[in-house]
Amino acid sequence: MSDFIGDGWTIYISFVTLVGIVWCIWILFSHRKTKIILNEDGQVTDTGHVWDGDLRELNNPLPLWWMWMFLSACIFGLIYLVLYPGLGSNPGILGYTTDNSLQESIEAANEELKPVYAKYMTMSVEKIAADPKAQEMGQRLFLNSCAQCHGSDAGGAKGFPNLTDSDWLYGGTPENIKTTIMNGRSGVMPSFSYLGDAQIQDLANYVRSLSGLPADEIKVKQGADVFKNSCVACHGSEAKGNQLLGAPNLTDKIWLYSGSEATIIETITKGRMAMMPAQDNILTPEKIQVLTAYVWGLSNNKPKVGQQ
Amino acid sequence: MPEKPISRKSIPIVVIEESLYEVKQKIYPRAVTGIFARWRYGMIFFTQLLFYGLPWLSWNQRQAFLLDLVQRKFYIFGLVLWPQDVIYLTLLLILSALALFLFTAVAGRLFCGYACPQTVYTEIFMWIERKIEGDRFSRIRLDEEKWPWSFRKLRTKVTKHFLWFLLAFWTGFTFIGYFTPIETLKDTILDMSLGPWQGFWLFFYSFATWGNAGFMREQVCKYMCPYARFQSVMVDKDTFLVTYDKVRGEPRGSRHKSADIIALGLGDCVDCSICVQVCPTGIDIRDGMQYMCIGCGACIDACDQVMEKIHYPKGLIRYTTERAIDDSSSNQSVIKHILRPRVLIYSTFIFLLSATFVISLLTRNTLRVDVMRDRSTLSREVEGVRIENIYRIQIMNASENIMKVNIKALGLNDLKILNSQGNEVRELEVGAASNQLIPVKVSVMIGQYEPGHYPITFETKAQEFKGDTVIARVRNEKSSFIIPR
Repeated sequence: MSDFIGDGWTIYISFVTLVGIVWCIWILFSHRKTKIILNEDGQVTDTGHVWDGDLRELNNPLPLWWMWMFLSACIFGLIYLVLYPGLGSNPGILGYTTDNSLQESIEAANEELKPVYAKYMTMSVEKIAADPKAQEMGQRLFLNSCAQCHGSDAGGAKGFPNLTDSDWLYGGTPENIKTTIMNGRSGVMPSFSYLGDAQIQDLANYVRSLSGLPADEIKVKQGADVFKNSCVACHGSEAKGNQLLGAPNLTDKIWLYSGSEATIIETITKGRMAMMPAQDNILTPEKIQVLTAYVWGLSNNKPKVGQQ
Repeated sequence: MPEKPISRKSIPIVVIEESLYEVKQKIYPRAVTGIFARWRYGMIFFTQLLFYGLPWLSWNQRQAFLLDLVQRKFYIFGLVLWPQDVIYLTLLLILSALALFLFTAVAGRLFCGYACPQTVYTEIFMWIERKIEGDRFSRIRLDEEKWPWSFRKLRTKVTKHFLWFLLAFWTGFTFIGYFTPIETLKDTILDMSLGPWQGFWLFFYSFATWGNAGFMREQVCKYMCPYARFQSVMVDKDTFLVTYDKVRGEPRGSRHKSADIIALGLGDCVDCSICVQVCPTGIDIRDGMQYMCIGCGACIDACDQVMEKIHYPKGLIRYTTERAIDDSSSNQSVIKHILRPRVLIYSTFIFLLSATFVISLLTRNTLRVDVMRDRSTLSREVEGVRIENIYRIQIMNASENIMKVNIKALGLNDLKILNSQGNEVRELEVGAASNQLIPVKVSVMIGQYEPGHYPITFETKAQEFKGDTVIARVRNEKSSFIIPR
């Protein structure tokens, strides 16, 4: 039960619900006659309520079928409250929750789909990537689970890597991709604000020069020194990055957050915190296998430049 | 008279108790023959031939008429309707309502008497009942027999219910067969592997048929059907209805065949009550138009037979209008009142709507395209040269033939469209009655346009391969292209 509801509320709601049902049954019981009662003059008796001068409320009995329906509804309500959640935070003896119900539907669907996926579990990722049927399935999985961040074409967005190029933050082998999908990743670039604005600007210019972007010569020289002191631990002495840490290669003209001087300064000053959520308990191993092959295929299935 | 307020305390001591409910009188309609009975049997035969037969026809290796709720595809012979085509259902329902108005304005409850499932199944069930238990009087006598039953009564009742059950079950089965392939349904019933929902609906419809046609009968028409209640706003003085000619018939009374009715001061009605005996809703048509009358014409047939026997002119009860009775004019003279404004208006609407319905069905574009812009990535710069937007294009082939589809993006200079792999979008093949989703990137050169929103169009051209002929289909779908600041 959510934190919104405390014990007092549970007692209050249970009380109101039960009193309500008892009250309904009492009303029914107090009106339980089934015959019309006539006055001496042959007129139906009334309740004494008169509106607009001559509109009387006749004292006819309730229709029997209606009375039984009403009573059954009360009994149904009581049985329901015993079986299902309804009385405050009481979970009901069947233990039903919408969450469980969803989980059961997902499991049932996965069970149903097992034969479809079965053959891919024994195939290598490279082989699955060459299978057109598996590619179709992979694309649908991707559109459902990945496209929200990486884009429908897997081309990425600011802060979300492009999956169609051959640049990988954590490695592009099938095993690496599978690990990323299953366990997720969290890429942390610490803040270097203590370096001061001048040094950060030098550094930004140096980083731009690594990718061959226009930069201030003097600042590049000064920035190279700062880089040696502060950045090599993760990005390496040649700034080629480190896939074990997810530290990006800074020399390949590929920018996760854009390569403008302002953005690079922002990255160095404030640091970055990137997060790929783990899909392990969301997708089945079979789906992850097919998805891995799809993602691997995005950069490996295309015709190689120079071979065209 | 001023009503004095009555307080609860003034309830007198003497009270008389009275039951609230009308006690249901079981109706034993007598068998009837004649022209309207023949029409009714003809219509029953026609509608039921259609109902029981239609699910067994096949078309293109599938059931010709199948409303597949699970796959959400509705097969009607050569036509496959998708949920997107729900407008046709709307049109069909409007057309049916208009047709009902028109028929009611012209000739009352024609639908009730001849085509309504409630009447039709009641008629079939009564036919079985008559074959097993005999006509009106033997049925009354059989029911008067008290417990314990004789063997004969037990045998007839068991036989009747057995036959009713078979028919009800077959009706339920056929009904389910419109929604789930009937051939496989037959097999699942035969090897008892029916799913819970199919089982439920099969039981439900069988039970409803058995109960409604066997027991509820006229109660459904009298108390449950809304049509009876609002028909009075659709009939007028010129509507042809089953009518008792009170001018000719009254005063009613029995007489000897050779008696001089003028001397006796009697009308043509011999008060034989045959018209009441044959009525399936148990009313007396001589009391005038009533909401319970379902317009079946059984009383016309019965009365005509009596009139014939005593050599009176037929038609004491006949299809005629209120105006004809009041003015004592012939049917020929009131027939010109049929073309009155309400009939003409209904007819015009029906004509226009049916024409729209047919034309739009015939020219229906079986190619459907839906373009969804990616929301997370507004736009993206590619290698400092181009601006790229991402779209998902859903192509639906609502035909039963293979389609080859080409997509083009139009609306801006030098629009390039590529697939996720960054290759040219090639011709796509979309299978019969299926759909395909393809993510594409569309790009323009940087600096060509000011930042902002630009409308673009995805032009989709398809070739539908129907046997040897190729039908060209085109669909243009609008979207927008964003150039960032």
